Amino acid sequence: MIEIRDLDFRYGEGDFALRVPELVVERGERVALIGPSGSGKTTLLHLIAGIALPRAGRIATDGVALPDLDDAARREFRIRRIGLVFQEFELLEYLSVLDNILLPCRISPALPLNAAARERAVALAHGVGIGEKLDRMAERLSQGEKQRVAVCRALLVAPGLILADEPTGNLDPDNKERVLDILIERAQQSGATLITVTHDRDLLERFERVIDFRELLS
Amino acid sequence: MKDVLYLAWRYLAYHRVKTAILIASIALIVYLPVGLNVLVSQSAAELTARAESTPLLLGAKGSPLELVLNSLYFESEAPDTTTYEQAERIAASGLAEAVPLYIRFRSRERPIVGTSLEYFAVRSLRLAAGRPMAVLGECVLGAEAARALEAGPGDSLVSSPESVFDLAGVYPLRMRVVGVLERAHTPDDRAIFVDVKTAWIIEGLGHGHQDLAAPQAASAVLSRTDDRITANASIVQYNEITADNIDSFHFHGELSGYPLTAVIAVPESERSGVILLGRYEGADQIAQILRPVQVMDELLETILTIQSYVLAAVAVLAVATLATAALVFWLGVRLRRRELETLWKIGGSRSAVAGVLVSEVVVVLVLAAATAAGLTALTSRFGSAAIRMFLLS
Repeated sequence: MIEIRDLDFRYGEGDFALRVPELVVERGERVALIGPSGSGKTTLLHLIAGIALPRAGRIATDGVALPDLDDAARREFRIRRIGLVFQEFELLEYLSVLDNILLPCRISPALPLNAAARERAVALAHGVGIGEKLDRMAERLSQGEKQRVAVCRALLVAPGLILADEPTGNLDPDNKERVLDILIERAQQSGATLITVTHDRDLLERFERVIDFRELLS
Repeated sequence: MKDVLYLAWRYLAYHRVKTAILIASIALIVYLPVGLNVLVSQSAAELTARAESTPLLLGAKGSPLELVLNSLYFESEAPDTTTYEQAERIAASGLAEAVPLYIRFRSRERPIVGTSLEYFAVRSLRLAAGRPMAVLGECVLGAEAARALEAGPGDSLVSSPESVFDLAGVYPLRMRVVGVLERAHTPDDRAIFVDVKTAWIIEGLGHGHQDLAAPQAASAVLSRTDDRITANASIVQYNEITADNIDSFHFHGELSGYPLTAVIAVPESERSGVILLGRYEGADQIAQILRPVQVMDELLETILTIQSYVLAAVAVLAVATLATAALVFWLGVRLRRRELETLWKIGGSRSAVAGVLVSEVVVVLVLAAATAAGLTALTSRFGSAAIRMFLLS
């Protein structure tokens, strides 16, 4: 469960400010977050993930207030409990598909890179239809394939919370459906909470709840 | 740590051209001063070894360096000549053994060294095939000369004319090869050794021709007295010394006045050497005697001075190269900011992300150092051979 109350965030001394009076997302809920560009949707995801820290207010994920943790604990929580999917995929072009999926294990000592992790990565890749391309370099994949790799990377640890920032923004209609299918299916299977930022109104019916960011901030 | 290194390695391998250029640049800038130092040290050793095995060298007054380079390495133009009398004088003094040298002519780019058999003993040269030269017109080849000229005992070589257009000049002499020396890894390997008298014949100071008393030469005789016969140019001059004509070869005038480019003096003792040096110190002396090792030391000092200038230039170059490498790296980090942010967002610590970058630098530096070490090892291993090849070419 995600619980936000009286959240106040500001980028340095800049003009941009984000104030969220209240938001509660139940565990296992599938939520779409819509709103105009630049309104702070991505920032909210960063706050939920503990990537950005609020100036005031409460934000808790499964009862854990990430701003209250030290940096290492926050990172460990994030890597163990939260799966992140980005609009631009953010794959490392110099790594293979398998290495990209296993990247969280390579970059954090909290996740050991062992046989179990490899097996899970391979299973995830097969599950989203890229199992035959495990050794292919990321740069040689299509856009849809890249996003599927990014989804596999986010799901490697079977997170309780999946935060997807416009995961279908760069995809053609077929791939949009497919990637969203994967995300929703995996979230349902593991009982994970899914919060997706999207501009694509055709996809909104796939979510249990749609939050308009303008209403959220008012 | 292993995973951070893996990520760094994958990045470097993916950008292999950029990585290779960086490694090559840094390796070269490290190798240049080290390799140069190795090469100079080995060159110095090669040069001084030859000089150290030549205790004293006598020649006409002039450039000591030119005298040493011509006499020891068969390089440079022939220096001003001294006379055979100087060799006789040293031998007569009983202070040293005298080995005459007349190094002026060439055969197919190889130096012809006119000397005596004592030269082989002084230089510890041994025959690999055949025998030493015994009579006029015979020659012994150094190992490299034999290989390059594809000649051995039984073959013959022709001395090169000094000038094609000098009609009154020296005729080429056909020399018979009677022996080939073992390889000595010194300039002797590329030389053609003849008796000093054969060298004088090449110069035209000695010659052989048709017997003017014979009836076949009658048409060439211009005048005849009891002690002198004068012939015209139709008389047959021999350009090859054979068993049939060797008796006709003769020298005009006193041999003591014949030219030498140098005389190697091997003193009986250190004291004898000092005495010999003293005898040539006077300003009235027409010859100079010197210790080749001192001349080479002076040359090496000059080389070391040049080396220090080169090293200073390399140091400036090194600063520029490292600055460029740092710039390339810094720009790379800027271009990869998003990628590095991703690593952090998905759970990597700042130190782990920095570790990837530092590992990339370390890997490049280690590979560059290994490359430089490899090049230095190669230089150390093959530098001597390359220097010898250079000195022998």
